Amino acid sequence: MTSPVELERPAVDQVGVEDRPWVAIVWNDPVNLMSYVTYVLQKLFGYNREVATRLMLDVHHKGRAAVSSGDKDKIEADVARLHAAGLWATMQRQS
Amino acid sequence: MVVKGWRRSGDRLVGTLQHNEAVLLRGLVTQIREILAARLAESPVDELSAITGIRPGPSTPPRDRVLARLLPDFNQDDPELAGVLRSLHEPELIEAKDGVAAVVLRTCPPEGGKIRLTMAESEAWLSALNDIRLALGTVLEVTEDMPDRLPESDPRAPHLDVYQWLTFVQDSLVHAVSAQ
Repeated sequence: MTSPVELERPAVDQVGVEDRPWVAIVWNDPVNLMSYVTYVLQKLFGYNREVATRLMLDVHHKGRAAVSSGDKDKIEADVARLHAAGLWATMQRQS
Repeated sequence: MVVKGWRRSGDRLVGTLQHNEAVLLRGLVTQIREILAARLAESPVDELSAITGIRPGPSTPPRDRVLARLLPDFNQDDPELAGVLRSLHEPELIEAKDGVAAVVLRTCPPEGGKIRLTMAESEAWLSALNDIRLALGTVLEVTEDMPDRLPESDPRAPHLDVYQWLTFVQDSLVHAVSAQ
């Protein structure tokens, strides 16, 4: 962050990158039960059963789903809670 | 357990384990605690950590595939970020997993029999059962299209039976907990 190269970048690009929110991604894995993933998404994020089920099915069929978004600290905490529940989760900037 | 599964009784979740099932479950939970404790021991408390109480975890993922599945990376694209976040969060993740394992050991009688769980205890059981299934599933290399039973000649067959039993116990408890 302190290199001259960084400083030469247009300031607006820096702001753009910093402003993009983070997302917590849950990945499909062959062990976690569909019923359990739905339950965890309801419990951790307060989603109703319909929303949690839709996200779970996205994970199951598409291989992954973004289950929450926000600033870095919030998503870091979300991923930590998903790991505690045993879900395979990562965080990344929203694309 | 295989016949009936968990049910609600007032604000409690009630299930029954046979003696051999209780012994098996407690043994598996204990093994999870042991491998997590071994991982924790890899980052010894230094003088500074002892004073501040802040104990950074390792910044690299476990080499062991079971531990690697229980303690996943936070980020796939940036190893440096993944390392920082692992170091920050891994000790508390291990503590959480050890905590839910301890709840199972406290509430599952060694001789088996009827088990009555509060909602909080049930949630701990769900996480602990999931950790065991993750560990076993990783070793067994479980896939989504794996048959429910393997031929008796397959050395994994008896272990897959244990895995399927744990799947039933966990799924039944999810449904009992979710029922309003």
